Amino acid sequence: MTSRRFVLTFPPDATGEPITYNLIKKYDIMVNIVKADVSPGKIGHLVMEMTAPVKVLKEGMEYIKKQNVECEPIDKKIHYRDDLCIHCGACSAVCFAGALTMGRQSAELSFDPEKCVVCELCLKSCPLRLFSIDIG
Amino acid sequence: MSKKKRSIEEINSKIRSGKAVVLTAEQVSAMGKEMSPAEVMSRVDVVATATFGPMCSSGVFMNFGHSNPPMRMEKLTLNNVPAYGGIAAVDCYLGATETAMPHDPYGGAHVIEELIAGKDVLLQAQGKGTDCYPRTEIKTLINKNSINEFIMFNPRNAYQNYNVAVNSTSKIKFTYMGTLLPAFGNANFSTSGELSPLLNDPEMRTIGIGTRIFMGGTTGYVAWHGTQFNTGKPLNENGIPVGNAATLALIGDAKQMSTKFIKAAYFERYGVSLFVGIGIPIPVLDEDMAHRVSIRNNQIETNIIDYGSGNFEILGRTDYRTLFSGEIKLNGKKIRTAPLSSVKVAREIAALLKKEVTEGRFLLTEPVELFQKTTGLNKLEVRI
Repeated sequence: MTSRRFVLTFPPDATGEPITYNLIKKYDIMVNIVKADVSPGKIGHLVMEMTAPVKVLKEGMEYIKKQNVECEPIDKKIHYRDDLCIHCGACSAVCFAGALTMGRQSAELSFDPEKCVVCELCLKSCPLRLFSIDIG
Repeated sequence: MSKKKRSIEEINSKIRSGKAVVLTAEQVSAMGKEMSPAEVMSRVDVVATATFGPMCSSGVFMNFGHSNPPMRMEKLTLNNVPAYGGIAAVDCYLGATETAMPHDPYGGAHVIEELIAGKDVLLQAQGKGTDCYPRTEIKTLINKNSINEFIMFNPRNAYQNYNVAVNSTSKIKFTYMGTLLPAFGNANFSTSGELSPLLNDPEMRTIGIGTRIFMGGTTGYVAWHGTQFNTGKPLNENGIPVGNAATLALIGDAKQMSTKFIKAAYFERYGVSLFVGIGIPIPVLDEDMAHRVSIRNNQIETNIIDYGSGNFEILGRTDYRTLFSGEIKLNGKKIRTAPLSSVKVAREIAALLKKEVTEGRFLLTEPVELFQKTTGLNKLEVRI
């Protein structure tokens, strides 16, 4: 079994197809919704973790894309300029999800997008403004 | 303790002949675990300490040179950030925390970083015009090579120890100690612990007026004691003040500095600040100094303070080994910790300083004068 987080982007004219229901019922994918902001007439976003064997995950992604919904792994949507990072640790303070942590020996910041819950607190808490996110 | 001593002059001759043994403060702390102060003293001549944290009380003096016709610049901005012009005609002071508008995420620190990077900055100024300075307005570009002096002078840097900030309230708080999550969601701290300069010489026996230091990538000097200098704080059993105590006023040539060690910062809904890289070499003059530089994170303690409620109540005490472990306990509750000061960059500075001293390019200084002891700080009374 593999767990991956994805960002689904719904077009304003999404058909109302019950995507998460079908992922669960038809593909037997374990779906955990992390964050959702979908309303008719607007571009919507759904951040969710999907757990299934890799082959099934791929089929699930294909199904989502066929519904005219964009499906990208979360690390493609969150950008961290690690080349400019001074490893102060201010972002790790707010990251209650544990995606941003300081190495105890290395004193270096590490970012694990798979733990990110897209709370967006790091965007404001980085004193150098090195995080950006293209969701909504 | 033995009376064995070595002077700064003896250390400098060893440095000149390439025979001085220099360690970083972390290396000597590890050594101090196994060895007595006498053994440390016999093995080490100089200890390289360092810190790289946000230090608001920073800024630069500049002299722009005279235009033709000349002008007395009374009100001026650099990239729209106001600078203080109430000095002589073309002198100014630009404070790191200054901004054009209250919530701007761009301020004096960013202008300073851009100037250090060699970029052009927009200077705009007005003056009333005088017989000797007839010009009343100017708008031009300047950079660090076009101006005369570009001197960093920081009234308060290198705090000896600092508080740990937590938030007891139900609301998120945005402070100079970073973002504090509600209900004790995190605990933020800001020193480099056993690497930090004033924690390795807590009585300031070797650091005083005139001490040569590493500052922002070049050589700087201790100009004076820093503002809010307080040697009246209670000491723990290891002789370390618990909470913020001594400070340093520093001066250095910003033209020679590097943006690797000077970084502008913006703290959400607080304002702009400046990360300043500082390194101070500490001579191991005797066993007492050997004992001081062997200090370890578990021996350095500080207060946990509630920055949420507005009354800054002391809620507890912890030490830096616990803080760096990622978790402290307060009233039985585990709280995640996070630093605001970069130990990674502080290590780079300590390593660089160690190399400079070892290879004979950085000699140590005898302070021109040591700092006076103080008994505490005055409060500002509202009298009208």
